[in-house]
Amino acid sequence: MCLGVPGKIIAIYEIDGLRMGRIDFGGTLREACLSYVPEAVIGDYTIIHVGFALSLLGEADAQASLAALQEIADLALELGPETRAVERVP
Amino acid sequence: MKYVSEYRDARLVHATLEEIRRTVTQPWVLMEICGGQTHSIVRHGLDQLLPPEIEMVHGPGCPVCVTPLELVDKALVIAARPEVIFTSYGDMLRVPGTGRDLFAERAAGADVRVVYSPLDAVRLAQQHPDKQVVFFAIGFETTAPANAMSVLQARALGLRNFSVLVSHVCVPPAMHAILGSPHNRVQAFLAAGHVCAVMGYWQYPPIAAQYQVPIVVTGFEPLDLVQGILMAVRQLETGRVAVENAYTRAVSEAGNLPAQKVIAEVFETRDRKWRGLGLIPQSGWGLRPELAAFDAEQGFEVGDIHPAESPLCIAGQILQGLEKPHRCPAFGRECTPEHPLGATMVSSEGACAAYYRYRPDLVAA
Repeated sequence: MCLGVPGKIIAIYEIDGLRMGRIDFGGTLREACLSYVPEAVIGDYTIIHVGFALSLLGEADAQASLAALQEIADLALELGPETRAVERVP
Repeated sequence: MKYVSEYRDARLVHATLEEIRRTVTQPWVLMEICGGQTHSIVRHGLDQLLPPEIEMVHGPGCPVCVTPLELVDKALVIAARPEVIFTSYGDMLRVPGTGRDLFAERAAGADVRVVYSPLDAVRLAQQHPDKQVVFFAIGFETTAPANAMSVLQARALGLRNFSVLVSHVCVPPAMHAILGSPHNRVQAFLAAGHVCAVMGYWQYPPIAAQYQVPIVVTGFEPLDLVQGILMAVRQLETGRVAVENAYTRAVSEAGNLPAQKVIAEVFETRDRKWRGLGLIPQSGWGLRPELAAFDAEQGFEVGDIHPAESPLCIAGQILQGLEKPHRCPAFGRECTPEHPLGATMVSSEGACAAYYRYRPDLVAA
């Protein structure tokens, strides 16, 4: 219920006055309400909860967090398992 | 799938786990609030890959688990009425009420239907003007925008045969209840990413400051979770207390403003009972008085209800992070997903169900 699944908006239309969209979840298509993401356009990725899009996924933020973790991965390879990452505050 | 597969990269997960191992110097207890996160942690074995100093305890963020027993019992009575089509999220159907569940009502002839979205329930009301369609509007801040919109949509369409049985609860009051308890063990929180997608995380700095606990907004994929844990452990090890966001691709500090506006239009803050936790003041939402026409609790007389929990079930202890599922004497014996004694064994977000499904080594032979 709270998990939410990321999908791509492939169509936008209106039903009974509500802004709706067709969402592609890696091949599976479903309808979702887009009322809470008025800025959404076709091609955007969004997280769907119980039939409602609640946030658009930011490409730049996604890349930044992956890059930060990539740095950790590279650093961990360099330093090996014995080093302490953070000096403790007594 | 984009935005999923990148966050399951095993090499990055292991490197982040290694960084956690290098960072940790002493035992810490972290709580993930959301049941979706609990399932992801146990399913991917992250709890077993973390260094032994880090203990993950599982919080009360499983919506069907905390829906109060008397409301489940009310749902059973309403669902049994011949003029009613009772609609619900699928997870709710097997949640035990006193002695039976919605599945049993359906087997006995009640018209109980699973809907994917509350708007599907509104559509049913349009299609069946001769029936009363009731939607079981449960959940945390994540389902509230959808549930609230169904009421506004029913009003806009002029429907008089649609109502909601509301059991809405909110995360911040539960954090207060856990941290304020004399038995509390939690030293840092992973805040539920999708609750924050709706509400933002502006509500959390006062909690972090009052109880001196780090709070890290965290997503649901394995990489999201280990990143959230790493950020929390870094704070703990350096004596820092802050609210941080490890889920920036989906969450902003302000949250989803249109959703918050609709929630405020439909719901008002109320005291709420939480199954297993008891009454928490100002901890949830109910329909505003001007929307009483859509309130199933007012629309249907349910008579006397005498809710009674199984005496064996320790779900309340588990939901507070005081016990683990496999330490319950009934776990995997009297209590299984097919015959659950408590709601935590039912849901795709319940901690007991996660342990039963993904930790067969802990299930009694």
